Amino acid sequence: MSVDTAKNPEKKPGQHTGELVRLEQVTKRFGDHTVLDRLDFGVEAGKHVTLIGPSGSGKTTILRLLMTLAKPDEGTITVDGQRLFPAPEKQIREVRKKIGMVFQQFNLFPNMTVLRNITEAPVTVLGLSKDEAEARARELLDLVGLADKCDARPTQLSGGQQQRVAIARALAMRPQVLLLDEVTSALDPELVAGVLDVLRDIARTTDITMLCVTHEMNFARDISDQVLMFDSGRVIESGPPEKIFSDPEQERTREFLGAVL
Amino acid sequence: MKWDWNAVGDFMPLFWDGLVVTLEALALGSLISFTLGLVWALLMRTPSRWVRWPVGVVTEFVRDTPLLVQLFFLFYVLPEWGVTLSALTTGVIGIGLHYSTYTMQVYRAGIEAVPAGQWEAATALNLPVGRTWTAVILPQAIRRVVPALGNYVIAMLKDTPMLMVITVLEMLGQARLYSQEHFQFTEPLSVIGVAFILISYLASLLLRAMERRLVR
Repeated sequence: MSVDTAKNPEKKPGQHTGELVRLEQVTKRFGDHTVLDRLDFGVEAGKHVTLIGPSGSGKTTILRLLMTLAKPDEGTITVDGQRLFPAPEKQIREVRKKIGMVFQQFNLFPNMTVLRNITEAPVTVLGLSKDEAEARARELLDLVGLADKCDARPTQLSGGQQQRVAIARALAMRPQVLLLDEVTSALDPELVAGVLDVLRDIARTTDITMLCVTHEMNFARDISDQVLMFDSGRVIESGPPEKIFSDPEQERTREFLGAVL
Repeated sequence: MKWDWNAVGDFMPLFWDGLVVTLEALALGSLISFTLGLVWALLMRTPSRWVRWPVGVVTEFVRDTPLLVQLFFLFYVLPEWGVTLSALTTGVIGIGLHYSTYTMQVYRAGIEAVPAGQWEAATALNLPVGRTWTAVILPQAIRRVVPALGNYVIAMLKDTPMLMVITVLEMLGQARLYSQEHFQFTEPLSVIGVAFILISYLASLLLRAMERRLVR
């Protein structure tokens, strides 16, 4: 992993599989406030990277930039060797196919059934037939433990169930990168475990690259290959979870972990 | 003053003719205002100011001038420009156009009320813009605005008597015709008054039923 290869003792030379996501000198400002400050940051294919840090430190902004929900003010973003920013709209649409996102507030389409939420994009964007898309959707619903909810409306489901549908919806597009934006923050405490179990399962059984913003430190420790500690728009420390969580080098990281753990 | 049931009976054939015209004007006026209002609302969301600006000016102008003036204009001025339409067609277009400038505001509010997260989810799934509108945004926006649109149906109903001034014989026109011939005003005016109440009430019942279905 490229954020700081020198600090990652587990990385052996020759194992480099190439970076799937690359941000270079990315700056994002909201008015006078600089959220990301000339950020360099890359993720290798198949890795699970967790972004931690205080709120307002720019973690979610990175996911939003990658999903093209926001545009950087400066810098370049590359996904799988193709430019995502700056790039013409047609290319953005192509590159965006490689990325999926799960939101804090689920954002399921309330006017569609659960099944249709999952099949809509595969049919209209990937051109799958309705039958193919439905078969795939049913498999995914089975994976997230909601095989019996095909015909339900999102509003009839609990928050945890909605989030599991949202995960299935994102996976139905077969993305190479899955962005997870505080996916359990809006859930009642007793529903968090179900969602995290599904994600652990996906992390273990697929080779999908995951970029995860979370406050669930145990989950981060379980699934991450690398943890990045953010503060004020910069990565102040990075490394494998064992190192970051047990023996962080930066005082700021220690402070933050002391407050959340 | 005494009530004359015979006058009521005599008026009824005229009343039925008037009722049909009123309902025609209401149905077609609603259809035009609902469709055109949506078109205005969508045009106002295009990125190009060369579209938004003229649409904004025209609709503002139509909204801020009286329907009665617009009806006269359409009926007496358009023929001078070589556009000749029947009185009822002119009236339906007038009402539909006038109310489209109100329904566009209703649609706008409905569209803006769809949470940003819905747009973001559509982007994340890479849905094309057109599909995002038709499959995600509009179904949610329209569901929200049905009650407000329904109120304009009732407002339109109450404006249909204005069509009388451009010679359309809707209910009020027929009542006036009868009154002028027979010098009996109470009965025909009462009959159409009751008819207006009944149509409004039925329309509101229909609306509530639709709301219940949609809100489910």
